[in-house]
Amino acid sequence: MSQTLARRPARESEFGYTRRLRGWFGNQWGKPRFLVLVTWGYIVWSIVPVLIAIQFSFNNSRSLSIWHGFTLKWYTSTDPNIDSVFHSAELRGALEQSMKLAGLDVLIATPIGVLLALGLARWRGRGSGASNFLMLFPLVTPEIVAGVSLLLLFSQLLTFVPFGTVAQLLGHVTFSISYVVVIVRGRLFSIGPSYEEAAADLGAAPATRLTRVLLPLLLPAIVASAAIVFAISIDDFVISQWLSNGANSTTVPMEIYDATRATPQPSTDGIATVIMVITLLSVVAGVLVYRFFTRGESGRGSAVDDVAGFGI
Amino acid sequence: MYPRWLWPLSAIPGVVWLLLLFLLPLYVVVGVAFGSVDPVLLQPIPAWNPADWNTSWISHVLDQLLPGNVFWDVAVRTCEYVGLSLAGCILIGYPVAYFVARHASRTKSMLLILLVLPFWISYLMRMLAWINLLSPGGYGLRFLSATGISSVLFHLGVISDPSNYLGGQSFTVILGLIYGYIPYFILPLYASLDRIDRSHLEAARDLGASPFRAFWHVTVPLSKTGLLGGAVLITLPMFGDYYTPNIVSGAPTTSMIGNQIDLYFHGGPQPTIGAAITILLSAFLMVLMLYYIRTIHRASREIPA
Repeated sequence: MSQTLARRPARESEFGYTRRLRGWFGNQWGKPRFLVLVTWGYIVWSIVPVLIAIQFSFNNSRSLSIWHGFTLKWYTSTDPNIDSVFHSAELRGALEQSMKLAGLDVLIATPIGVLLALGLARWRGRGSGASNFLMLFPLVTPEIVAGVSLLLLFSQLLTFVPFGTVAQLLGHVTFSISYVVVIVRGRLFSIGPSYEEAAADLGAAPATRLTRVLLPLLLPAIVASAAIVFAISIDDFVISQWLSNGANSTTVPMEIYDATRATPQPSTDGIATVIMVITLLSVVAGVLVYRFFTRGESGRGSAVDDVAGFGI
Repeated sequence: MYPRWLWPLSAIPGVVWLLLLFLLPLYVVVGVAFGSVDPVLLQPIPAWNPADWNTSWISHVLDQLLPGNVFWDVAVRTCEYVGLSLAGCILIGYPVAYFVARHASRTKSMLLILLVLPFWISYLMRMLAWINLLSPGGYGLRFLSATGISSVLFHLGVISDPSNYLGGQSFTVILGLIYGYIPYFILPLYASLDRIDRSHLEAARDLGASPFRAFWHVTVPLSKTGLLGGAVLITLPMFGDYYTPNIVSGAPTTSMIGNQIDLYFHGGPQPTIGAAITILLSAFLMVLMLYYIRTIHRASREIPA
């Protein structure tokens, strides 16, 4: 079919190779080979470097560029000369700090965000517009501005907040709330008020409507936002770094950063791999739970589409 | 249907949290930037009352931003890096988003997963991967010299040393920025391209537009929201980036405005100047921030309630 369309009479006078070139770039009904090439090239370029980094976490040598055979020692070795991921106090500590911050962040930011989403979606009085605006601002603030401002807050004004875990957690929650709000509010709009109205018509009291109708309907969005908050917190570097108090509150991204500025070792790749696996597992779990709760719903696309359309 | 007080009440914890830990800290930065410095301890003394504001630090930084002074070079370099990275993201990202939205059929969900994947891999890990590739003997370095790309880049003057990509090469920093931020550009763009109704394009073709004209006059304008949204979404963090240049270069010759802020807080005893730069950077980025907020706000209202 592409052949017949490409050979329109007006194009007959052109040279063969020009036409073939036009076919590559311009023929939108044919197979867009140029686009296929760029897309797969991009995907290889975006994924392969990470795969190579994972490969070198299993390298039987200190080198990060020359392969010396497979080993697990950078993960499991108890040799004091090898900083292995699970036995070096430093790397283990970083893993624990990252997990602790992400877990607590989910526990605090998710409920606050869900309540704020409900409030902002349905409150129509004075101050609701300004609150909406305030909620969106953290999403667009460059992280360094956030880091500077919280650092100065805790060093100049709220000096009773200690740097380290407490300050880091406050920072992480502040920049996670808005993501929860955006996701949950999207879900609120898409379910609409009719289910609750039906429940009210059937005589359900407000408390029953909230717990038996609204909450179950919001659950997929709550799960999705918890997974996203977890991933954002695990990935966060700037806020953790600006609010740390030195060695005790080093997170995995900070550990990677420090290593790249000195001499990265295979265990640096190793700890990055571990944290990547944890993040991917949490996201996959989030998507599966989301699918489970939204099964049988029509209209809206997949969870991937929801994440893809998120933000615009 | 519900008591009137319920929804404002439910918003209160979040609003109070954001007022205390988002808005108030920004005011603290303003207070420090317009404050003074203890002459002995060199500690900042914030000025909380606008009547006591001292503009000498801000004007000092503004002075340094004039052509020929210290911050001028850094500011120009930052704009160059961000501009080139953005151009790179558009050149690579538009065809990719376009292909996935328009042409991929059977492979679409797999492609989408592959496009989303970098989101869930730590930014720092993705930078670390490039250290692996570009350090001496690394696969990337060997690939670049075996294919002759290194010598081409060298002869074009893009890099100053074909065997050392990690020692202060602007090229590597821009590559790092593109690699780091492009996933955040592609997804909003994909979403807006995917929403375009194919019949608009068919109409343009039926009315005699060439494929290129149809693309330029139909697809591009209809994807404008996603294009601008994605561009703003990556431009904002790129302007505040300091870790990418630090990781893939580390040389002062590639430092960006974010590195200056980082230095004034973590390297030197002058947080007041750091705060002043932060205020000026935020003011500079405010237009972009407001544009993006307006877009999200409008998008959230367009969903039928």
